[in-house]
Amino acid sequence: MNAMPPLPKQRKLSLKERYAHLTRGLGWETTYQPMDKVFPYVSYEGIKIHDWDAWEDPFRLTMDAYWKYQAEKERKLYAVIESFAQNNGHLNITDARYVNALKLFLTGVSPLEYSAHRGYAHVGRHFVGAGPRIACQMQAIDELRHAQTQIHTMSHYNKFFDGLHDPRHMHDRVWYLSVPKSFFEDACSAGPFEFLTAISFSFEYVLTNLLFVPFMSGAAYNGDMATVTFGFSAQSDEARHMTLGLEIIKFMLEQDEANVPIIQKWIDKWFWRGYRLLGLVSMMMDYMLPKRIMSWAEAWEMYFEQAGDALFEDLSRYGIRKPKYHEVASKEKHRLSHEVWSIFYNYTHAAAFHTWMPTEEEMTWLSAKYPDTFDKYYRPRFECWTEMQAEGKRFYNPTLPQLCVTCQIPMGFTEPDDPTTICFRSADYKGERYHFCSDGCKDIFQNEPEKYIQSWLPVHQIYQGNCGGAEVKDVLAWYHLNFGTDNFDYEGSPDQKLWEEWQAQKATNPV
Amino acid sequence: MTVTAIGRYEFKSRDRLENFHGNQVVYWHWEEHLMYCAALALPLPPSMPFRTVLTDILPGCYNLHPEWSRVEWDTVTWMLDQRPFKPVLDASLAANNIGHKSLLRFWTPGLHGIGGCAT
Repeated sequence: MNAMPPLPKQRKLSLKERYAHLTRGLGWETTYQPMDKVFPYVSYEGIKIHDWDAWEDPFRLTMDAYWKYQAEKERKLYAVIESFAQNNGHLNITDARYVNALKLFLTGVSPLEYSAHRGYAHVGRHFVGAGPRIACQMQAIDELRHAQTQIHTMSHYNKFFDGLHDPRHMHDRVWYLSVPKSFFEDACSAGPFEFLTAISFSFEYVLTNLLFVPFMSGAAYNGDMATVTFGFSAQSDEARHMTLGLEIIKFMLEQDEANVPIIQKWIDKWFWRGYRLLGLVSMMMDYMLPKRIMSWAEAWEMYFEQAGDALFEDLSRYGIRKPKYHEVASKEKHRLSHEVWSIFYNYTHAAAFHTWMPTEEEMTWLSAKYPDTFDKYYRPRFECWTEMQAEGKRFYNPTLPQLCVTCQIPMGFTEPDDPTTICFRSADYKGERYHFCSDGCKDIFQNEPEKYIQSWLPVHQIYQGNCGGAEVKDVLAWYHLNFGTDNFDYEGSPDQKLWEEWQAQKATNPV
Repeated sequence: MTVTAIGRYEFKSRDRLENFHGNQVVYWHWEEHLMYCAALALPLPPSMPFRTVLTDILPGCYNLHPEWSRVEWDTVTWMLDQRPFKPVLDASLAANNIGHKSLLRFWTPGLHGIGGCAT
């Protein structure tokens, strides 16, 4: 047998060259079908792209690097999850009330990660340029991993605490989860450029710090090391996603001046959509964390007012201004969390997590953080509710609330300049009335009424007979909520009982 | 303005009157009493007399509030869909021009919520 002559040694490609092959070399002009048929969704939104190769991804990640890097991170994460379980890590959290923040996250946020996966997989097919296609496909995989690692991380708590057993089902049905669900469906049913402006830019770039920092720092402050580790694991992905968000905006703005007004309209819309969604985070920060990190107002100042100023200053050279109604959000920062917590306190009998009245010590913290509003508007309400509860008459609102057609949150927000009066806005469309919680939500409706007249408003759906029945118990069964355990006040809940038993055991068996 | 779409985009409203089995949704809001965090949505037959809502329906909604028993209906001021409004108590909701998804806000003189702070 003749020995094969050794192959000439190939020079190893540099990272930059490999990335160039992946994102340029693999793209081609189609000939069997015209390009506009292969990529049917890239022009109808009115965004003009002249040179897809102008897209530059600062991370230049190739698939082999992606797999290697992510696999390492996940090995570490799963080792921590494993040790958290073996060491009964749930016993080291500050208080069982903390777990309610996880319930909200698992039912409200983790399913959004999965929706984001689907959204990015879709747009990752539909851009003409291979650069943005690859970036979107990698993000699609990130989002799928995030959904999965979050579910795995939190599944430990499901062994002990209520309300964590069926997040996917709940996400599609439970009344307040229609808020995050409809937010994401609004984005996924838009065109590919609006989707990226909505999720990559407005959400990931402008607002994501207000979601992840509070949840992950909240976990760290409250002894939840499993969730902290998940947060660290996702952090490097989030940095890439934020960069993609800024890149795509600059890319679109630089391609054609006619793109500017379209993008501004989307920024206005998605800032307000995202801000309304973050109302849930505001109450988590100010009410649900037994050990608090900072107040919602402080977070808003740091992550939106200061960081946002710098960002929009930078974008002003393209003709982009700060999102419409950002000043309303700043006016609301001293009351948002109190109003949202009041909404959930009203309807805890229909929720998959518990609420409670803050302790005197917690109210002192709230007074200090909100010196102009808390004692004046909210403390009297909370003291009244606390008294009612002490008399065995815990307040639950027996009647379903009016919802905003756009954001789907109960209409509990007050006038920008008057915290004592609910902000009512309405519009007529084809002879029918529609109601909104704010000028921001009304504008979004009026720009695309055909879309929002289809809103699946949980209250109206119950009244139409589409949610398992007319009684709270029937509706909760349809939500897959366990009546009497998952819902009602934390005081008297099985979660509280179990936690107190553990604390008593700890006290008698000091380690 | 209209929706940006890849084709014809026309849908019926999901909350049109005919979907509510003979009822219409009417929103009621007791101003300055934000212990009730938002306006209430009630499915009501259009033929129901206005008075019946006051006597039979609203008490079950609002009577947990310590000020509820002091509400005097003849002093109450009303707004219907952003206009000042004087209900004819014995006329039906429909005859009072209260339609599907109408909003009724009412103010109760002398009652401004717990501690006078709209709660």
